[in-house]
Amino acid sequence: MATSVGHAEPAPVGPAVHEPGARRLGRLLSKTPLNLLLAFIGLLWLVPTLGLFLTSLLPADLISSEGWWNVFSAPSSTTFENYSALFRNDAITSALLTTVLVAIGGTVIPIFVGALAAYAFAWLEFPGRDWLFLLVVALLVVPLQMALIPMFSFYNDVGIFDTVLSLILFHTAFALPFAIFLLRNFFVGIPRDILESARIDGASEVKIFVRLILPLGLPAIASLAIFQFLWTWNDFLVALTFGRETQPITVAIFSQFRQFGANIELIAPAAFVSLAVPLAVFFAFQRYFVQGLLAGSVK
Amino acid sequence: MAAPEMGPGDRPGPWRRHRVTIAFLAPAAILLGIWIVYPTISTFIRSFFDREGSEFVGLDNYGEIFTTDLLVTAVKNNAIWLAVVPALVTAIGLVFGVLIERIRWSVAFRVAVFMPMAISLFAAGVIWRVMDQQDPEIGAINASIAIVADAVDPPGAFSDAQPSTKLVGGTIEEGLSFREPLATGDVVPLGLTAIPPDDVPDDAAQAREPDPVADGIAGVVWIDFLPGGGKPGVVEQEELGLPGVVMELRDEGGEAIETVETEPDGTFAFAGVEAAGATVAISPETFEEPFSGVDWLGPNLITPAVMIAYIWVWAGFAMVVIGAGLAALPRDVLEAARTDGASERQVFRRVTVPLLRPVLIVVFVTMLINVLKVFDIVLSVAPASSQDDANVIALAMWRTAFGGVNDFGLGSAIAVLLFLLVIPLLAFNVRSFRREV
Repeated sequence: MATSVGHAEPAPVGPAVHEPGARRLGRLLSKTPLNLLLAFIGLLWLVPTLGLFLTSLLPADLISSEGWWNVFSAPSSTTFENYSALFRNDAITSALLTTVLVAIGGTVIPIFVGALAAYAFAWLEFPGRDWLFLLVVALLVVPLQMALIPMFSFYNDVGIFDTVLSLILFHTAFALPFAIFLLRNFFVGIPRDILESARIDGASEVKIFVRLILPLGLPAIASLAIFQFLWTWNDFLVALTFGRETQPITVAIFSQFRQFGANIELIAPAAFVSLAVPLAVFFAFQRYFVQGLLAGSVK
Repeated sequence: MAAPEMGPGDRPGPWRRHRVTIAFLAPAAILLGIWIVYPTISTFIRSFFDREGSEFVGLDNYGEIFTTDLLVTAVKNNAIWLAVVPALVTAIGLVFGVLIERIRWSVAFRVAVFMPMAISLFAAGVIWRVMDQQDPEIGAINASIAIVADAVDPPGAFSDAQPSTKLVGGTIEEGLSFREPLATGDVVPLGLTAIPPDDVPDDAAQAREPDPVADGIAGVVWIDFLPGGGKPGVVEQEELGLPGVVMELRDEGGEAIETVETEPDGTFAFAGVEAAGATVAISPETFEEPFSGVDWLGPNLITPAVMIAYIWVWAGFAMVVIGAGLAALPRDVLEAARTDGASERQVFRRVTVPLLRPVLIVVFVTMLINVLKVFDIVLSVAPASSQDDANVIALAMWRTAFGGVNDFGLGSAIAVLLFLLVIPLLAFNVRSFRREV
């Protein structure tokens, strides 16, 4: 090739300059079908959610007779009236409050309790430690359906059936195996020197846990928190089983299903509000979100 | 400085050390004990007892799962789910993962496809229930199908029309025809009513009684209705003719022998024909109904409808996990294959997929587990009337235990079945997950 350079020199500069551009154009053109295909698929994935949102904007007298796509030809017909009606509806606002309480309690408590246990499994010496840890991990395989019937009776006996607390505790327990598994694996990676020097300085285990482990474990805790928050916010099965008056938003929407078509002016905005929060979390914490979900996918 | 004081006596004793350990472990142990260990054992035991829990029935409850129609449907449906959905989700994830490596806006694409993962399966079900409505006026899927269906098989111009007099008969399947025997030179009035104003063509003009044709038959098709009624069967002022209607001249056997279209004033004429024994009819296409919508939420299609919603949610998960696997592939191996002259397709099939195998298996097995437990989305997509047909194991468990029947024995047995099916899959996944960590 080197010898041909001399020969090539007299060749007009034009083509040489144009060549990459033309090739890039060619490559772009050859990729156009792919780009169009993927753009189409991407839109296909967005349309259903958009459809629910636009449905929720249709005025009550049109919502059960007109498709949401008519909004594009008559944007002025949209209204937030369904949303203001929604927030005037006591059943819905109290359901939203229940969802918030369950999601916060069901996130904070299991992470705290799980972190305590994870620290013990990672850095405290005690007989049977590895076996106990294995047992905890083994509990990952228990589907929550296994606990519904006994806990239904248990909650009734203890008298906490149909309370926010009963929902939070159920979520907490079923979050623990995974939380302990994930956090223990993370805590083990914290350099031993840091812990040893703190112990030598006379710091108590509680102090080490609060001052060192929790801050150092923050990346894992954040991923876990996001995963767990979404899990509890989005829960339907547990709340449907243990809630009668205490209904989170998913169950409150479900109770309107008897007449889906007639109640769509309430169902559509309520469903959109219930999914807007997870979506906001998703867009705000995308990186942690993906990590948490991927790690949690074994659950 | 602290070192000299650190005698053995100052170190926390074993009991004290264990007290700390116990304090750290106790909350988790209590919660796991009461909420997971105890119920698991209890459910196992309960599954061998009858509905009230008073009588030991051995394996009867398990036998019932495979003999009760409703539960057999659930097991069958779940088997279909297992056979279809994990493979589809994995395949879609793989295709998306490979394709987006070649575009510049892959981040945007990933966000769009991954987004449904944030939404609850329940809300995703609501979204798709709105999409799946049967009426093409409100259900987006049927509206899309209607565009194609009505283009391939156009609906009639006047699908709602009715004859205005008894002189016009027949059915909309056969076309409406004039009942009286015809003679050459006759004028046939074919009045229609019940035509919505939107259906009236723009070029429709005032209807008029046509002039007779000496060697054939003339006639008029018009909207035989005036506010207040008007006189049926008579062409009046303000009544519009219906243009573009296909008229058939039929022989004695009812076969169309000639066709003609009506003018803007609704008139038509068959010239040079033998009228005796023939009939004049408005062609059936005129009355053909538009596409009425696929009944996605009905008993026959409900499982595919729920599956579509479910795949919409999980495809993003598969794409992201497989995408991470793709990004971790050794580039030089792929490049080497390309340099050796392998086509893109060969690289994909012979190099990429085999190297990705472990990741693909994890995604596939994870989806098997998820599909075994599918519940929320079935309840939110399927209307109550279709739930028996959409039934799956987790839903059958819930409905048996809490949905009115309240059979805790049978419900426990279904829960145990679910548990036994999940165990090997989850054990496999945890093992491969631990290998990765």
